[in-house]
Amino acid sequence: MKKIFLTPLLALSLTACSLSGVQESELRGTGDLGVIIERADGNVLIVEHSNNQILARVEGLGDLSHASVVFSRDARYAYVFGRDGGLTKIDLLKQRIDKRIIQGGNSIGGAISEDGRLIAVGNYEPGGVKVFTADTLELVADIPATTLADGTKNSRVVGMTDAPGQKFMVSLFDTGEIWIIDFSDKTTNEPQITKFFDIGKQPYDSMLTPEGRYYMAGLFGEDGLAMLDLWHPEKGVKRVLGGYGKGEQPMPVYKMPHLEGWTVADDRVFVPAIGRKEVLVIDNKSWEQAGRIEMIGQPVFVMARPDARQIWVNFAVPDNQYVQVIDSETAEVIKTIEPGPGVLHMEFSPRGEQIWISVRDRNEVQIWDTATLEHLYTLEADSPSGIFFTNRAHRIGL
Amino acid sequence: MSMFNKRPLRRLVLMASFFVPVWLQAAEVSDTRQAELKHLLIQDCGSCHGLRMKGGLGPALTPQDLAGKPKDSLVATVVYGRPGTAMPPWDALLTENEAEWLIDLLLQGVAP
Repeated sequence: MKKIFLTPLLALSLTACSLSGVQESELRGTGDLGVIIERADGNVLIVEHSNNQILARVEGLGDLSHASVVFSRDARYAYVFGRDGGLTKIDLLKQRIDKRIIQGGNSIGGAISEDGRLIAVGNYEPGGVKVFTADTLELVADIPATTLADGTKNSRVVGMTDAPGQKFMVSLFDTGEIWIIDFSDKTTNEPQITKFFDIGKQPYDSMLTPEGRYYMAGLFGEDGLAMLDLWHPEKGVKRVLGGYGKGEQPMPVYKMPHLEGWTVADDRVFVPAIGRKEVLVIDNKSWEQAGRIEMIGQPVFVMARPDARQIWVNFAVPDNQYVQVIDSETAEVIKTIEPGPGVLHMEFSPRGEQIWISVRDRNEVQIWDTATLEHLYTLEADSPSGIFFTNRAHRIGL
Repeated sequence: MSMFNKRPLRRLVLMASFFVPVWLQAAEVSDTRQAELKHLLIQDCGSCHGLRMKGGLGPALTPQDLAGKPKDSLVATVVYGRPGTAMPPWDALLTENEAEWLIDLLLQGVAP
């Protein structure tokens, strides 16, 4: 009886395999996969970090000058947010574009909801947020940002992250606001929006602490950060490090820092200083400045190894050939390395034994050992920028 | 190492440029420097203005967008920045002459 039942089933599954073009020998998980943005040509590489190899190149993603990526909950699909407003869903297993739409004129980044069903994009042009279904990329909600005082356009939206409770968080660059966009009411597509005004001048990026509690927006127009405690949003937005750098003449900022990837290590938070060759250390109990670390250039990404024992930092032009490693316990630079001109992004392997570094002007992605701080392997890539591994699928705020 | 060498050299070039008549300076950007400048324009200006100069945090800089704007003020924006905005002064990395060369390139249109 069993045998008779099995045969048609087997035949059916064989047909399915040959139809999709994937052979049985290629059956595999996605937990060790990732994507690398090839900035100039609008391509994406699918990579695998178990064997440090490139599996495929997916082409035709438009303008990826500034691109970011989130992953579906099953870690099979990568959603790529492109500068030209493109939103592209890539199938990492079939190694091709599953769906692509142009959702806006100029976008900066996006997020996936905690239940994996919604994709939200923050747009510069037209300024606002658009929300789509994750499976088919159909529009769920279109939320315009606050109109500027002169009535010409809406504020640009930055710092989009997901937050616990089926929420998205954004900051409004031109009007100095933080919004909580809450989709927890499953009976409607209309989100409930909570707006915080006068949070500070020109929030340029933001991030959520890894446990999902504090949303922090970096301010470009003034010193300090705006912080919202999501356990107590009723307490409002607080200013952190407000007096930082008072009386000092900041240097020109040739590249906006990013706040993604910062962390709380040993009760301290490490963040890039704006217009200064420094990483700031903040005590995460009092939220006061606990120190500053002198660096070789102006930091762009300040990223903690998953065990938080090291902080890796890259820099704005003209110092973007360097990477410095900070010991999170002593808050001292323990090594300066020179991967080459145009270091744009870094990504740790899920448990942090390796870091992948994109070196744009060498057309290389370098893989370094974080214990010995030695260069191990090199992969070729055209003008590589962002590197994103699928373990992000299961992390709040990424 | 190279970083530390550049500064005195730049100073030397700047000093020398005072003794060169203005009309000669327009042709002063060497081929190697032109390649560096174009790279800087696409990659570093491109981080805010887009690799295709269609805008981002900074405004679009296509020939159409720049049409009708006085060239002097465009050059000044590059050299001195725009206080109160995210546009930094580039005078630590570029000479005025090089800024002018970049503006000419933008006015012609540039692609990655």
